[in-house]
Amino acid sequence: MTSPLQQKLKVHGPVVITANRLGDGAVVYWTAAGAWTTDIAAAAVATASARAKQLLAAATADFVHAVDPYVAPVELSPDRRVLPGNLREQIRVSGPTFSLPGA
Amino acid sequence: MYRYDEFDQQLIDERVAEFRDQVRRRLSGELTEDEFKLLRLLNGVYLQLHAYMLRIAIPYGTLSSEQLRMLAHVARRYDKNYGHFTTRQNIQFNWIKLEEIPDTIADLAGAHLHAMQTSGNSIRNITTDHWAGVAPDEIEDPRIWAEILRQWSTLHPEFTFLPRKFKIAITAAKHDRAAVKIHDIGLRLYRNGAGEVGFEVMVGGGLGRTPFVGKTIRPFLPKRDFLSYLEAILRVYNQFGRRDNIYKARIKILVHEIGAESFAKEVEAEWQSIKDGALALDPAVVEEIKSRFRYPVYESLVDEPAELKAALKAEPRFKAWFNNSVSRHKRPGYAIVTLSLKPAGAPPGDCTAEQMDAIADLADRYSGSEIRVGHDQNLVLPHVRQRDLAALWRALDAIGLATPNVGLVSDIIACPGLDYCALANARSIPVAQELTKRFRDLGLAADLGYLHINISGCINACGHHHVGDIGILGVEKNGEEYYQLSLGGRADEHAELGALLGPAMPYAEVADSVEDVVAAYLELRERPAELFAETVKRIGLEPFKERVYAAR
Amino acid sequence: MRLVKGGRVVEDRFVRVLDEAPVPDGVPVIVPAARLLADAAELVRREAPTGVLWPNDRRIAELAPHLDRLALVALVFPHFKDGRAYSQARQLRERYCFGGELRATGHVLRDQFLFMQRAGFDCFEVKKDADAEAFIEATRRFSVFYQPTADGRTVALRARLARAIAPRRERAPAR
Ligand code: SF4
Repeated sequence: MTSPLQQKLKVHGPVVITANRLGDGAVVYWTAAGAWTTDIAAAAVATASARAKQLLAAATADFVHAVDPYVAPVELSPDRRVLPGNLREQIRVSGPTFSLPGA
Repeated sequence: MYRYDEFDQQLIDERVAEFRDQVRRRLSGELTEDEFKLLRLLNGVYLQLHAYMLRIAIPYGTLSSEQLRMLAHVARRYDKNYGHFTTRQNIQFNWIKLEEIPDTIADLAGAHLHAMQTSGNSIRNITTDHWAGVAPDEIEDPRIWAEILRQWSTLHPEFTFLPRKFKIAITAAKHDRAAVKIHDIGLRLYRNGAGEVGFEVMVGGGLGRTPFVGKTIRPFLPKRDFLSYLEAILRVYNQFGRRDNIYKARIKILVHEIGAESFAKEVEAEWQSIKDGALALDPAVVEEIKSRFRYPVYESLVDEPAELKAALKAEPRFKAWFNNSVSRHKRPGYAIVTLSLKPAGAPPGDCTAEQMDAIADLADRYSGSEIRVGHDQNLVLPHVRQRDLAALWRALDAIGLATPNVGLVSDIIACPGLDYCALANARSIPVAQELTKRFRDLGLAADLGYLHINISGCINACGHHHVGDIGILGVEKNGEEYYQLSLGGRADEHAELGALLGPAMPYAEVADSVEDVVAAYLELRERPAELFAETVKRIGLEPFKERVYAAR
Repeated sequence: MRLVKGGRVVEDRFVRVLDEAPVPDGVPVIVPAARLLADAAELVRREAPTGVLWPNDRRIAELAPHLDRLALVALVFPHFKDGRAYSQARQLRERYCFGGELRATGHVLRDQFLFMQRAGFDCFEVKKDADAEAFIEATRRFSVFYQPTADGRTVALRARLARAIAPRRERAPAR
């Protein structure tokens, strides 16, 4: 999985714009209303690259709240829920794949 | 242990204030991320997948019990109750909030700890032998020189914006435990034919995308010239190191492209103009630094006291641990104890706040209040009386820190990988966890002897996969995690880079393949004492290849 | 862009001369490196001060023979990450004892001021106005220094030896 920051913007299937929140690093998603949310379900989903570019440009303009926005793949479940589209994004949503030592 | 004086303290306090101001300017939008990124990296702050990470330097791997308690405090107060010891004598906290980092580093400064230059294109934390000062095979304590370098490199007005990161390691022992040959500059302190002590200077070692073993550019450097010569090396690198391609920016590429000889010539020319300047080391300056290193007051004791003999006889588990984790100390009646941070099934190098506090207490009780951090991601208690070993073992066993697998197959080095790291191709930690479970049989491990498995989640090689007997590298294939195996690497004074075994394999096949490789070694080694890397050197990769790929 | 010298924002009295443009008489100028090397003899005869804009990928040794006649050397930071000019500055000051104005140009930001000053720069073309105004604050952030350079600041390694004579000093000296 090449770091998404280095990928060209080609969109195959549904995507969202994601980043880390500036103050605490939390994983956030760009909403259709033009704000950041920690809930992937509330993310604006694009299926065409023009729309994805538009969302990315809007998200990137807000450099005070989030860091390094990029386009990430998602999957849509049969009931249209938004789910992370690969292992990396899965880990960003649910944390490391083993139980943490200090827990 | 080095004690800060008012100068050292003042400087880190001022650095905390500066970073607090930089964070404030970023949060208020005065700084863009591009501008701030460089500033935060110079203070060890990375952005990982789900949070910021703060990397704190443990200069030359030496911690006081008070400092370890401070790390436990940081884990509890600002993070998720644990920290991760890295392969370069640093500790990382994985869940830190940017807004809280100024307070975190202010707390750390109170214990003489800092995060300066643990990242960024600067001179990084100077590493050395984790047995420095206590190893029987060393000629003098290399930490004095590491501390001189720490000061010289901290906020260096010329070398803070280098082409790329810069790592320096020093050893003063016969056996190199600091992997100096895979550093940008490796220094070996030794006595020459004339009886003087000085440094062999190696440059251009390093792992990553293009691994190289360092080359000697000066066989003997007198102590007086230590700083001026290093300044000359850095000046040549700062000016001529490549800046057009991040993968070609390390000094190893410069040395490779122009050749070690012409590189040495450039350095020599530069050095001639500065060697008698302000950096020429006055012995009084060295003495002053040395005087602030504190050593325990050793009692006069004898080796193998009766308490130890009795416990070895009575307790086979103690004996197994003793044989594995206890090493000879330069003082009679004392021992060096390694604490394995690699229990079966656990993430390598992780340590909880409770464990840190408990280790600090044990260090107070049994080890002159001192702890060491090794580049194998284990901890060390460096000054334990042999008669206390059994009591110490019981206490360690109770908190899960007495796994007798130091240096053995389950003592795996692994980078954070895709579970944390934004650059990763694949996960490292779960691979390590699975392997430690497969090799949890300590009898088998002891039979295999010294055998290192090193795992990196991408080509950046933070898990030192090139120099593992068995190296595992995460790559990406069609969006899936794949892994390449390499065999026969080693990081010691016979440093060698591992050779690629064959095509990459999916996650599910890695543990089986490693088991096959290990089984093949058991069968093919000439005698039990033949090291894995030696077997590979003797018979080549083919027999291993057959084993691994024939079945799949 | 603001020019900071002696800690204050000042007017730039030097005029930049582009590659082939004629060099005006009677005014201080900064010429490109190639121009200096090509027209050295002619430039010496000028009445007004001459400076050079020296790129960060050319050796200072090449510039050295001309230093006597130069009032100013401007070095370049094409990006704040590119630190080559720090080495050039120290060579100019410490090896060639250049005593004229040493100017930092390009991507010059607040958090680099102190490094630049320590390396030998005494004049700064600052990108952001707010940074220019914060110059004094930024260069007084630290009072302890470990590396000897030509900036005259006392270095901790030395100060410690002095302490043996005055052992009760509590704080590090400010400069
Ligand atoms: S080796 Fe790669 S994946 Fe592992 S920590 Fe380093 S950069 Fe991250």
